[in-house]
Amino acid sequence: MYKILHREDLTPQIHLFRIEAPAVAKKAQAGQFIILMVDEKGERFPLTIGGWDREEGSVTIVFMEVGKTTRKLATLQAGDSIHAFIGPLGIPTHTDNVGTVVCVAGGFATAIVVPVAQALKDAGNKIISVMGFRSKDMMFWEDKLQDVSDELIICTDDGSCGRKALVTEPLKEVLETHKDVKLVIAIGPTIMMKFASATTKPFGVKTLVSLNPIMVDGTGMCGCCRVEVGGETAFTCVDGPDFDGHQVDWDVLMARQKSYCDEEKTSLDLWEEYCRSQMGGKA
Amino acid sequence: MADEKREKPKINLNRVKMPKQEPLVRAHNFDEVATGYTKEMAMEEAGRCIQCKKRNCVAGCPVNVNIPEFVLALRDGNMWDAVDQLKANNALPGICGRVCPQESQCELVCTLGKKGAPIAIGRLERFVADWESDQTNKPKPVIAPSTGKKVAVVGSGPAGLTVAADLAKMGHQITLFEALHVAGGVLVYGIPEFRLPKAIVQGEVDYVKTLGVDVRLDAVIGKIDTVDELLADSYDAMFLGTGAGLPMFLGLPGENLNGIYSANEYLTRTNLMKAYLFPEYDTPIKKSKKIVVIGGGNVAMDSARCAMRLGAEEVYIVYRRSREELPARAEEVENAEEEGIIFKLLTNPKRFIGDENGWVTQMECLEMELGEPDDSGRRRPIVKEGSEFIIDVDTVVVALGTTPNPLIPSTTPGLDTTKKGTVVAEEETGKTVKDKVWAGGDLVTGAATVISAMGAGKRAAVAIDAYLKG
Repeated sequence: MYKILHREDLTPQIHLFRIEAPAVAKKAQAGQFIILMVDEKGERFPLTIGGWDREEGSVTIVFMEVGKTTRKLATLQAGDSIHAFIGPLGIPTHTDNVGTVVCVAGGFATAIVVPVAQALKDAGNKIISVMGFRSKDMMFWEDKLQDVSDELIICTDDGSCGRKALVTEPLKEVLETHKDVKLVIAIGPTIMMKFASATTKPFGVKTLVSLNPIMVDGTGMCGCCRVEVGGETAFTCVDGPDFDGHQVDWDVLMARQKSYCDEEKTSLDLWEEYCRSQMGGKA
Repeated sequence: MADEKREKPKINLNRVKMPKQEPLVRAHNFDEVATGYTKEMAMEEAGRCIQCKKRNCVAGCPVNVNIPEFVLALRDGNMWDAVDQLKANNALPGICGRVCPQESQCELVCTLGKKGAPIAIGRLERFVADWESDQTNKPKPVIAPSTGKKVAVVGSGPAGLTVAADLAKMGHQITLFEALHVAGGVLVYGIPEFRLPKAIVQGEVDYVKTLGVDVRLDAVIGKIDTVDELLADSYDAMFLGTGAGLPMFLGLPGENLNGIYSANEYLTRTNLMKAYLFPEYDTPIKKSKKIVVIGGGNVAMDSARCAMRLGAEEVYIVYRRSREELPARAEEVENAEEEGIIFKLLTNPKRFIGDENGWVTQMECLEMELGEPDDSGRRRPIVKEGSEFIIDVDTVVVALGTTPNPLIPSTTPGLDTTKKGTVVAEEETGKTVKDKVWAGGDLVTGAATVISAMGAGKRAAVAIDAYLKG
């Protein structure tokens, strides 16, 4: 069992947990992920690492409530424990000094971008960050991203904060105005990473994305997370999660992410029914 | 004289039949197929053993179980004696009695087999193990005084469990690291409940714990501490038994379509994650109507039989050679056939065809014929030109075998590996070329049997013990 040391609600639907896992904390690096199980009957579920404290022996995760597993996780409080916590898995993000790097963060993935941007900055890079949220009330950590960036552009879909735009628009402008950009790192919803990669392609700037397919074991055993990159099959869990966004077959990835839509709905419906029954049918 | 001979009590040439669930019943549940002998049945079967001097069966067993002794004790009803004889050389009899290929090992060379059916050694082994696990007054295992030496064992499958148990009994302090959230390796993620109930595996893991072994789950060695870090930290020796967990795919067009699984994924979802109990358990698995399993080994049979139990209407095994060459145990092929699985032999897939949403809908196949024997001694399958045909499917399971996970070799400098990704180790001792490091099981041999991994574990335990005491 792994104890939740701290819980913070970044927005009503996005939560941060600091979890006691000394062995994982000791080795965690930016860009790696963990697999967790909420309880004994839970699924094995991957989340990219949002931070770590080697002294405290803790690892930070940030997640958004979407399906049953994340809703169930969100019912836990500091002091509660989760059943399994495995990591650090995958290859860390390469954080060499290349000059100027653009970090694109979409939604709750901002939590993952911050440690990556931090590592890149520590390596001596100039960081230009672009963060996009649906609206202001879903936004968090703009201050943290600001701290690790030389320049920060905020945009929202509805214009409630920063520019009213998708991240691809400022991304394109940055590439047009900053000819010294050597690397773009885009992390967020798959659709955002797909279009960010499409945006950077004409500029010929190397673009790394952090893929989030369905996984089971997370150690190379099952092949559930396989993706097509440059015409070859790769396992996200051991060959990634970072890949060249210009080489990823996004259609295959997005189709595979929908493998269990019906089952996910069944699970969620049953969970909601259970939650209602716990509340005595008052909800 | 001749008449006198005839009056001797006749040896029964037929074995006592194993009670099984009826095929049409068991094809729809995950309960164990073979329900096990009663004590009367076990004693009757044990009584068929002629206690011959040859002891071929012992030589035929990869861990040299004292077979005639435990069978004799069982025949006479001396149950604890039978347990002691059985467990002297085998820490995991409840598992071996169920999944060992006895027909090609101990039972193959049984003297009785020359005239009739060999003694059902596996069934008797299972009976004795199950009898013991039902007892409440188990004697405490004998553990040698502490040597003060520490050994790390990586991987809690059959090789790792065996090494850990043997070394613990020899007085060493053992830490057993497991990457998954449950101990047992392939015994829990691979072999289905209906062939090896997980309670049996858990019982054996619990037994290993009673020997003082510290089992650490969720521990991916190479990602948390590396082998070198563990050695530098506090361990005097290490055993690597991380198995062959990496699935092989065909490399055919359309293989990444939705609905196409590796057998590892299909079995892991079903067995380890208990997808057959979805939505009580959270991990889902595709509800198939028509499913094809590609391959002819035990893993293919397990996958096909799981599919049947998960509710598929039609389950096919597609295998490129003929029935004779099927690598699966004969018993498992028969079980599969009885349960209604359809074998499409001399057939090979060519490509997979999907719909607009990326789901597999069809598989194009080729007919094969057998040519001259190849390196494996089996007749080589050859494509019949122009024989393409289409099978409609909604699920495909690729069960073509597995290779070792490169995680440990790639994070452990000084290990010698082969082109196939296996770790080089001496057969007799399991010693690798790296100081203080031994290895065994599928990591060394490539995918093989539970019992051969246990045999490697036993030999390595002896070698590690000699090294630590030397």
